[in-house]
Amino acid sequence: MIRLEINGRRQEVDVPGETPLLWTLRDEMGLTGTKFGCGMALCGACTVHVDGQAVRSCLTPISAVANKKVVTIEGLGTDSIGKALQAAWIDVGVPQCGYCQAGQIMSAAALLKRTPKPTDAQIDEAMSGNICRCGTYTRIRAAVKQAVAKQGGTR
Amino acid sequence: MNAPVDRMTHPDGDASLARPLILANVSRRRFLQGISLGGLVLAVGYPSAARAQEAKKYGADGMPNGWVDNPLAFVSIAEDGSVTIVCHRSEMGQGVRTAMPMIVADELEADWKRVRVAQAPGDEKRFGNQDTDGSRSTRHFFEPMRRCGAAARAMLEAAAAERWKVPVREVQAKNHEVVHRPTGRRLGYGSLAKAAASQPVPARETLRLKDPKQFRYIGKGQLKLVDGRDIVTGKAQYGIDTRLDGMLYAVVARPPVYGGKVASFDAAEALKVPGVQKVVQIEDSPPPAHFNPVGGVAVLARNTWAAMQGRRALKITWDDGPNASYDSAAFKATLEESAHKPGKVVRNDGDFAAAAAGAARRLEAEYYIPHLAHATMEPPAATVRIANGKCEVWGCFQSPQAARDLVAKRLGMSADDVTVHVTLLGGGFGRKSKPDYAIEAAVLSKAVDGKPVKVTWTREDDLHNSYYHTVSVEHLEAGVDGQGKPVAWLHRSVAPTIVSTFNAAAKNEAPFELGMGVINVPFAIPNVRIENPEAAAHTRIGWFRSVSNIPHAFAVQSFVAELAAAAGRDPKDFLLEVIGPARQVSPEMLGDTWNHGESPERYPVDTGRLRRVVETVAREAGWGKKLSKGRGLGIAAHYSFVSYIAAVVEVAVDDKGVVTIPRVDMAVDCGATVNPDRVRSQMEGACVMGVGIATLGEISFKGGRVQQDNFNSYEVTRMTEAPRVIRVHIIPGDYSKPMGGVGEPGVPPIPPALCNAIFAATGKRIHRLPIRDQLKV
Repeated sequence: MIRLEINGRRQEVDVPGETPLLWTLRDEMGLTGTKFGCGMALCGACTVHVDGQAVRSCLTPISAVANKKVVTIEGLGTDSIGKALQAAWIDVGVPQCGYCQAGQIMSAAALLKRTPKPTDAQIDEAMSGNICRCGTYTRIRAAVKQAVAKQGGTR
Repeated sequence: MNAPVDRMTHPDGDASLARPLILANVSRRRFLQGISLGGLVLAVGYPSAARAQEAKKYGADGMPNGWVDNPLAFVSIAEDGSVTIVCHRSEMGQGVRTAMPMIVADELEADWKRVRVAQAPGDEKRFGNQDTDGSRSTRHFFEPMRRCGAAARAMLEAAAAERWKVPVREVQAKNHEVVHRPTGRRLGYGSLAKAAASQPVPARETLRLKDPKQFRYIGKGQLKLVDGRDIVTGKAQYGIDTRLDGMLYAVVARPPVYGGKVASFDAAEALKVPGVQKVVQIEDSPPPAHFNPVGGVAVLARNTWAAMQGRRALKITWDDGPNASYDSAAFKATLEESAHKPGKVVRNDGDFAAAAAGAARRLEAEYYIPHLAHATMEPPAATVRIANGKCEVWGCFQSPQAARDLVAKRLGMSADDVTVHVTLLGGGFGRKSKPDYAIEAAVLSKAVDGKPVKVTWTREDDLHNSYYHTVSVEHLEAGVDGQGKPVAWLHRSVAPTIVSTFNAAAKNEAPFELGMGVINVPFAIPNVRIENPEAAAHTRIGWFRSVSNIPHAFAVQSFVAELAAAAGRDPKDFLLEVIGPARQVSPEMLGDTWNHGESPERYPVDTGRLRRVVETVAREAGWGKKLSKGRGLGIAAHYSFVSYIAAVVEVAVDDKGVVTIPRVDMAVDCGATVNPDRVRSQMEGACVMGVGIATLGEISFKGGRVQQDNFNSYEVTRMTEAPRVIRVHIIPGDYSKPMGGVGEPGVPPIPPALCNAIFAATGKRIHRLPIRDQLKV
């Protein structure tokens, strides 16, 4: 039995310790907002926060997050950065199919927590691990900047 | 459990979604399941067969099950005034779940804040054609959806007039109310819902459609996506997200070679993996592939990860079959050999040979584009449950009716007993038009006594067993006059055809492939010869966003730029000269019998529109501006999906040969628009995909096997390589004129515009995609 905190709630799961966090969230806990895209930490669709850091849940064994705090897209809206990003995403009309956007927003939120006023180069670097096959990159960058501006972090 | 059945989405994303919608006292679920709604559903509405009986049908009339404009199929109004509009086309990022209901809501005079959207199950008899491809949704359903809304509005007005006992001409629906003009009395839609439901559906010819000047939503672009909030909060349901009680999770080991099959397998080790519950062989389907699963061995487990571990432990010996030697490097040489010999003549104007012989100069060039995979971010996924003689399917389908029919056929059931629930699609691009994964899930559910089974494809599965974009060699020759202007044009297009997926013997491009920018090129050149030598297919060939337009536009628009360079002319001026004066060209005159399925009279090839997008994009991009060393502008224009698009790409190539794209301008003439913001976003996305095709995309084969496994070897464009700025310029349209497609036609002009820009920046001409390290020094 592995104990961890997910979106502020203590949980227990009974899966082999090498089971990735991604599949534990999706299949065992019903938190399907975190997406599968590659299984090799190449696309970023599965990005979640573990103790505030962005991690690729597809390669993170559940045993590695025992007793840690995991935040997924379903729980992101409770903090102001998450809320600002979600609002900016809607306002700018970022999503097309939307499938990768949970991971994009989680990566952007981790960036803004670390770097409240990122440069373009910092945005690019933080977001380059997240693939969007619909090609929404220019709007992602615009939405990150809008969220920064709304947070009072304009450059 | 959160089975994504009949998802409802409120534009404001409020939490009241779970509340049942009342329509004549019938719940939304019953409505969507087609159970009689008293007056509403009992009224027959418009018979979908009442269409023009001409010999050849075009547009939506020419599609299986055509269109339906019956308001009873698409609109319901609850007593609380909320309006539910059914979207029958699949949402894969093009914004159709916002666009279709927006059209209905506008004509209905509904307040968008009180509109919810419900997704139709696969049922073309009720909803009309649902095959969401070919960039067709808006152009085929703009008019039927307007009529749906107008008819429902008329029913509300009739109900109000009856209630007030006044002539119907004195009442008018406006913003979710019906107003009696002489007295100013008002009734909300909710209070009229029940009475409106018992009104007869007005005859089509009596409907009053709005003057486009009165549109509230259509063409404005102010509305946010109906699924936006669900997407950014992780609530949106895709095919891969389906969860049902007692569901088993499956992955399948499929034959690595097209036409191969399982020779033998040993499941003993797989069955020892914790969580693995069953191993099931899926019968192979020898070519032609059609939409059948390719067969293989499935592992069913308590979760996806356990299934994947179980699959890893399978011991399978494959019989690779006749395509075991497919090698894309060798095949390229085969295609080139064919391109150097005459082939089937598919268009012949004037006398190419004589004109070329008498030309001042002759030029030729050859272009290659490899196989591509769609690599939708959501890989294919489907769930099936069979109980009490009924089968339910959930999944990300572009063609839910095909999923329904083929699942029914495989299970030996009537399609009436199969329900297909359409989730959001995490990308489609043509891959999800082929419901092989639904059939897999059906076979597996049947193998476990109808228990729900979800099949998930991994990225490796997706890349190894796709329906690939074809591979092609395009050979072009021209004879030019003393000024460098072409007087003779020869194009040999050699590529395995999509038809091979349905008929293994097919070796020539079909009319629908030739009509994608190889024969229907409306240039002012008197002697044109288009040939199509044969090419055999050795893998599953399928539709990929914009399909054969990709290689054809790459070749044609690169070659025109090569001719311009040879003539020492400005590429934009030269392109306009080759297009010639503004005129309307009959597709039939160009040998194009297909014309994207549209009427040649309503949709002639309009060189004036093609010229206009070229001129617009050149002006907006600042064509001719001074650029620093290593920078260049390239231009290309292409007509496809009955829309006209031109692009100017600006590149910067550094001294190591690394290409970056500071800016792209695109001009689009797709006729009038429903949601201009989504037209822009489709162009932006098409631009990024076009850049990926040009710079990175390649599926190659060795020993019949795909050599790419995941995003490390099948690279796609990331933020760092994507254009920094994409500016989209929409040519204003007229709602009385036919509309064009949007989802696909943005792709084809991008690779040639990019390569033309690289030529302008470096003097190096790209003939083979992807570019990858061809410029590296």
